[in-house]
Amino acid sequence: MTLLGQFALWVAALVGIWGAAIGYSGRWRGRPALEQSVIRSVYGVFALLVVAAVCLWQGLVTHDFNIEYVSSYTSRNLPSYYIISAFWAGQKGSLLFWALVLSLFASLAQWLTPARHRSLMPYVAAVTLTIAVFFLSVMLFAANPFSRLSFTPEDGRGLNPQLQNVGMVMHPPMLYLGYISIGIPFAFAMAALLSKRLDPGWIQAIRKWTLVSWLFLSIGITLGMWWAYVELGWGGYWAWDPVENASLLPWLTMTAFLHSVMVQEKRGMLKRWNLMLIIGSFLLSIFGTFITRSGVISSVHSFTQSSVGYFFLAFLVMAAILSYTLLYTRWPLLEAEVQLESMASREAAFLFNNLVLIGIAFSVLWGTLFPILSEAVRGTKISVGPPFFNKVNVPLGLLLLLLTGIGPLIAWRKATTANLKRQFIAPVATGLATVVLLLLFGMRDGYVLMALGLAGFVTGTIVQEFARGVRARRRMYSESFPTAFAHLIARNRRRYGGYIVHAGMVIYFVAFSGMVFKREREATLKPGDSVELTSPYGDTYRLTHQGISQYEALNRVVTAAAVEVSRNGRPIGVMSSEKRQHVDSFGRPTFEPSTEVAIKSTPREDLYIVFAGAVSGTEEAVYRFTINPLVMWVWIGGVVLVVGGLLTMWPGTGPTGAPRRTQAGYQVQLVGAAAGKEQD
Amino acid sequence: MRPGNKFLLGSALIVVAVALLMIEGLKQFGQYSFNPSELAARVASDSSFYGVGLKLEAKVVPGSVKRDVASQTIDFQVSDGAHTIPVTYRGLAPDTFTDQQDIEVIVEGRLARDGVFHATSLFAKCGSRYEAKYQGSTKA
Repeated sequence: MTLLGQFALWVAALVGIWGAAIGYSGRWRGRPALEQSVIRSVYGVFALLVVAAVCLWQGLVTHDFNIEYVSSYTSRNLPSYYIISAFWAGQKGSLLFWALVLSLFASLAQWLTPARHRSLMPYVAAVTLTIAVFFLSVMLFAANPFSRLSFTPEDGRGLNPQLQNVGMVMHPPMLYLGYISIGIPFAFAMAALLSKRLDPGWIQAIRKWTLVSWLFLSIGITLGMWWAYVELGWGGYWAWDPVENASLLPWLTMTAFLHSVMVQEKRGMLKRWNLMLIIGSFLLSIFGTFITRSGVISSVHSFTQSSVGYFFLAFLVMAAILSYTLLYTRWPLLEAEVQLESMASREAAFLFNNLVLIGIAFSVLWGTLFPILSEAVRGTKISVGPPFFNKVNVPLGLLLLLLTGIGPLIAWRKATTANLKRQFIAPVATGLATVVLLLLFGMRDGYVLMALGLAGFVTGTIVQEFARGVRARRRMYSESFPTAFAHLIARNRRRYGGYIVHAGMVIYFVAFSGMVFKREREATLKPGDSVELTSPYGDTYRLTHQGISQYEALNRVVTAAAVEVSRNGRPIGVMSSEKRQHVDSFGRPTFEPSTEVAIKSTPREDLYIVFAGAVSGTEEAVYRFTINPLVMWVWIGGVVLVVGGLLTMWPGTGPTGAPRRTQAGYQVQLVGAAAGKEQD
Repeated sequence: MRPGNKFLLGSALIVVAVALLMIEGLKQFGQYSFNPSELAARVASDSSFYGVGLKLEAKVVPGSVKRDVASQTIDFQVSDGAHTIPVTYRGLAPDTFTDQQDIEVIVEGRLARDGVFHATSLFAKCGSRYEAKYQGSTKA
């Protein structure tokens, strides 16, 4: 089977080169057969990669430990769902996974794009095939998933215990799906530039794709935070580690793109900027892979380091030079159709939103690369950690939150003073009321007050938008409240889905501010000993060490330490955290012992217990107890964000056809007139 | 003022704010990052480097790790081949910190006059973090 897999990879590479070469050459113009052949190359590469993937999965499932990849990431006693996910647990498999998904997306793009964009499609095919050929050559020349060992081990090495977690089964593929799907809008942008068809057609064709990739990135990042929180045991979910930063960068530029592309649709502005953003996002997605795979920047996440990183660097540099050169040659064709008319306009709010997002992305990139930059320039390696990123990004994040509240309140083109007053009174009052309430409750932290005040303001904005829409519908169609609410969203998914995404972001910000009030205590306890920990709300937790027990499970030996917990004198249960020593099917230890934390989650706070080890030979245990306020809201914010994102891209009715340009424009009047039907 | 110019002014303000925040942040939180040889060379030429907060990246000397669970103190040595520096750390170590071959650590802290590095944080990674070691295997 590996022979077949290998063969499939080679044939896929050749088919890809053929399709790309013909696609770029433009010879298919006026020759339908050749055009068909380019498009079919995309489907062909996908089919061949499916064959290769099936071969690898077959090796994994049948425990063919002669295949190096299979013996490196699985073992006989590994639960079956981890055998499936071992496909993307290692570098070689994840390259194949990447190529497979890319060719799937490329095929879907060919299949689903309406016929009116047909003249772009051979170019789109050529660009996606080029990316696929790159991944195929990395596999064929540097990291072949089908390479065999000179002998057959009796058992494999098993999967790293830290990867044996549901979050880790889902997190990498989600992030990959996000990274990979950026390739599709990028391909359309390149196709538009190559064909000189720079009308808004390509922007429409990629609307869903940009949302898809943004959504996958969001899910991937949130799952990564969740995995770090429940699995790594340091009590937090975001550490500004280079690998985390690398996943945040394309998310930031895609978020900027999602907003600025609306300005292009409505007003015909920002054409160059949008192209720069989409090219930048694609390059950052490759950059992320380069960072994680090359080991040029020391990160706590160290993946297998290999020459593969340098393939990515070479590809990154080539793609950057070619795509920006192409953009430069088309520069004169991308003149803005109108000028900015007023600072009090939604365009202006979106422009500032873009600037802040790019500012955040730039500072994160700079901080991540600073060790390399400082070494190159001054000969001394200087690195920055979380304090730097927080100092720069907390104020910028708050500014972004402010703009999240302002954007939806201002009309396109130019808002009048009366309009502004009517729109802003309620949200601003909500924000101020939030601050006053918090002050009364004794909150004194400046940043937290600002964050929560702004959260109140944005919530006010969102509620007002929904309330006005519902009221208008009830007046116009005399619908009941729930019907009006449902119709409002259904008739204008993009707008109200977007507001729900904003609500998700508000929840994230509130949850992030909770971490300011984290409480932590380390203790060494004999059975029966207890310590107290006071939560930021003033509740007292009493934590009593009960004892240590040891038992064997499927593929591990577990040492569990039990803590009896009571809050304000009332018992709330026993929490058990563990040290796990994973073993292979012969009972030999594999990997270093791993920690399983115990978490009791409530909407107010999490109690997070880490069992750090036992004093040798006794039942005396070392613990770290942490109270993390509001952590649950990070996951809730993630769910809200995904729901909102799905709503915006749900297929069906909605604004289609040629993009409408906003002519006269006060949104409020439009809400009244069209009853929230179709204006966003 | 034309809206275009107003916008440029606003953008300039944001750009300046980002730049200032970054410069301040680097001044305040930038940390030297050395390997043991670099650190040894620095303190030899400039004794003011004792007691300066910095990061030290090196490999753990196999067999040097002494843990005292009761006081949560870990003493170990790190080396880059040329220089070896003793490290003392109080706190919980991550799972990846072990005594085996090829464990790389990043410790943050200060080098005291007595030559011991007092670490306040400890990050460990091993060259094959997501892959177990296979003893005596030969690859095809």
